[in-house]
Amino acid sequence: MTQPPDQTAPSRLALAHVSKSFPGVKANQDISLSVRPGEIHALLGENGAGKSTLVKIIYGVQRADEGQISFDGRPVEIASPKAARKLGIGMVFQHFSLFDGMTVLENIALGLDESVPAEELKARIKAILDSYSLPLDPDREVHTLSVGERQRIEIVRCLLQKPKLLIMDEPTSVLTPQEVERLFETLRQIAREGCSILYISHKLHEIKALCEAATILRAGRVVATCDPRTETTQHMAELMIGAELKHLQRPTSSKQGAARLSVERLDMPGEPPFGTSLKGISFSAHAGEILGIAGVAGNGQAELLLALSGEHLAGRADAIQLDGRPIGLADAGARRAAGLACVPEERNGHAAVPDFSLAENVVLTARHRLPLAPSGLIRQGPVERYAGEVIARFDVRTTGPAALAGSLSGGNLQKFIMGREIGQRPDVLVVAQPTWGVDAGAAAAIRQALVDLAAQGSAIVVISQDLDELLELSDRLCVINEGRLSPARPVAGLKLEEIGLLMGGVHGESHQAESAHA
Amino acid sequence: MLEWRRRREPSKTMLYLSPLIAIGLTMLTGMLVFGAIGFDGLRAVTAIFITPLIEPQRWADLGVKAAPLIMIALGLAIGFRANVWNIGAEGQYVMGAIAGTGVALLTHDMTGWWILPAMALAGILGGAAWAALPALLKVRLQVSEILTSLMLTYVAVQFLYYLVRGPWKDPDGFNFPQTKMFSGSQTLPAVAEGSLVHFGVPLAILLALIAWFVMSKTVAGYAVRVVGRAPAAARHGGFDASRVTWATLLAGGGLAGLAGLFEAAGPFGQLTPQFPVGYGFTAIIVAFLGRLSPPGIVFGALVLAVTYVGGEIAQSTVRLPSAATGMFQALLLFFLLATDVLVRYRLAWKARPARSAP
Repeated sequence: MTQPPDQTAPSRLALAHVSKSFPGVKANQDISLSVRPGEIHALLGENGAGKSTLVKIIYGVQRADEGQISFDGRPVEIASPKAARKLGIGMVFQHFSLFDGMTVLENIALGLDESVPAEELKARIKAILDSYSLPLDPDREVHTLSVGERQRIEIVRCLLQKPKLLIMDEPTSVLTPQEVERLFETLRQIAREGCSILYISHKLHEIKALCEAATILRAGRVVATCDPRTETTQHMAELMIGAELKHLQRPTSSKQGAARLSVERLDMPGEPPFGTSLKGISFSAHAGEILGIAGVAGNGQAELLLALSGEHLAGRADAIQLDGRPIGLADAGARRAAGLACVPEERNGHAAVPDFSLAENVVLTARHRLPLAPSGLIRQGPVERYAGEVIARFDVRTTGPAALAGSLSGGNLQKFIMGREIGQRPDVLVVAQPTWGVDAGAAAAIRQALVDLAAQGSAIVVISQDLDELLELSDRLCVINEGRLSPARPVAGLKLEEIGLLMGGVHGESHQAESAHA
Repeated sequence: MLEWRRRREPSKTMLYLSPLIAIGLTMLTGMLVFGAIGFDGLRAVTAIFITPLIEPQRWADLGVKAAPLIMIALGLAIGFRANVWNIGAEGQYVMGAIAGTGVALLTHDMTGWWILPAMALAGILGGAAWAALPALLKVRLQVSEILTSLMLTYVAVQFLYYLVRGPWKDPDGFNFPQTKMFSGSQTLPAVAEGSLVHFGVPLAILLALIAWFVMSKTVAGYAVRVVGRAPAAARHGGFDASRVTWATLLAGGGLAGLAGLFEAAGPFGQLTPQFPVGYGFTAIIVAFLGRLSPPGIVFGALVLAVTYVGGEIAQSTVRLPSAATGMFQALLLFFLLATDVLVRYRLAWKARPARSAP
């Protein structure tokens, strides 16, 4: 049970009128909030609302332009992450900083501010793992661990410093539902022992389940504080995006069309040392359908996308078929020309060239289907016109087709890339993480465009780690785990727990838990 | 305190200004260094950098020295754009000259308009063949082209020494290690009667225009740029990195080979052991001074040609050692790479830490 937090003690963390600007954007304006000892406090907001900047200020990565921070009632200046840790602030980042080729123990030792003899450190780690019943083997190499286990390394690293405030940045974005539940148990125990937790997320049902207080940010300002246990998710969501939520418009008829993309027994060895091998992948996506592929990151999603796009060739021509034509041996350009478009997860450097203008980035993948460069000469006029169309249709916030792709925010670049592919009316579109890092309004627009494209007879495959998104978008869903793909199931009537089990809750976790205790 | 701040976007101004800053810093440093060891530093720098520009009788020489630098640097820059680091252009230059000279020796008793084009073609093929070896090793075995192309340079130079002292030695040459002089049909015509400036000079400018067009307006040029900037994106867009490696190395080798043949059939008129003067290495500086862009390379080649011509002037007037030219060129590359940081970063006064309100 959660103890009632001590109302008389000073706030563990208090921010008063904190502001921070970057050239061209006010990231935080006049932000005040307070976190009590032992409280799990949610920092809620959309991408770009200013959560990350605020957290970076608290953790000493960036400095506030104005405002005051106090910790345990004393005003403090947090000049660096090291100073933050010294005060008792720990942080688990969304993207872990771990060395894949080293063991858990070595990784933790590297992250500590003081040097501790290996044996002593091991004993201290064991003590923490036992007291929180966290399954983790200190001698395993990191690349053999699941994402949930990697996150535990970061948590243990923080707990070793006996923190008074733990910051968790979007901790569940890569976890299975079972892993999420286990993480929440751990966090509740940490809070019971008096450590405050600042929990950053935009997932409302999690915040309702975990947090006692919430500060909601929008466009760099605090728009509300509330008790999420008594607030409705609908209301919190509307506070967060500042408008009423629009629901996806879907055509009602769900008659399955002909198979447009068929994959049959696709095998592909993973790239050493950390790649995942694809094993006997079979599925088909039909005209008018959105097929979702769920799974925890690193289970072969990246490899599957490269195999479908033609960046890695399949061993046999008939392993991949487009409208019945074998294309397994065709390269990326030939597949695009034939009507198969792909959008990889990584935007900068993979889906787009950051140093090139948006117009130049159009040439990258649209020259096969649109008359942008017949006979090898790039036609500047049509290229710029198409870039302009994409910018207008997908509401890309930029100065125009001449802007460098790298100068756009992640969400805007994603809108541009999605628009570039959808605008070519591909017969089959395969897309990984279509709305990752995109704000809710733009995400809704991208999803709507996918639904519309499917309604025109294209087949769409969405590879995503965001289950909510897949459940909203997909007609059928399958799960990729350790390079194997489950059979597709209609989304209607599918239970969240079933998907979670398929995502690796069953075998991944339990036997590792045993080996950690052995 | 000054500190470096990252720019939000690379600065266009600095992209073009930083080479000029580098030239300025080179002149200043050279002046101080030569002043410190007892020369008249100001006169030395003036002789090297200014005199060749203000004395019209030196201009023809500037053009003749700039032409091979332009041709080689164009080829190198195309490769550098694709992250293909061919630094063995000197070897390809020598092999082009050797292949072209081979044709010249075979056709020595003939006349005809076709001889010079045949020699040029042989020069291109010779240079390209020499660059094909690093390309093959890189594509098939992932061997670094930096090492292979550089090492092959020394093989080419030794091969040249062997030929001019052995099988190709002029029997009527008083035992000097050199080939026969080329005949009239084998020598590059001058652009005007009595001028030093040979046909290769305007051709180098024309090649720069062609290279600029290919790199900025065609899908082939786009492929080269995208493979260099973002290899994963290139693969995603359907471009083949191996093919780009082959194409850029063959183009670089071919251009270097053509430059070598023009030098042999122009200013030299034969092959001698003094033939490799380091244009292949200097062209690396030219390529970077020109920001890897063809118009910039024409400018960069002129600057380096000035240092060659000026170096000779300074030897006679200020009695600077001949190694001074090389030192100035090395300083220039050094400052060029150092000032490159200005494109992405700017110098700013360190901001005072934000004081929290009381």
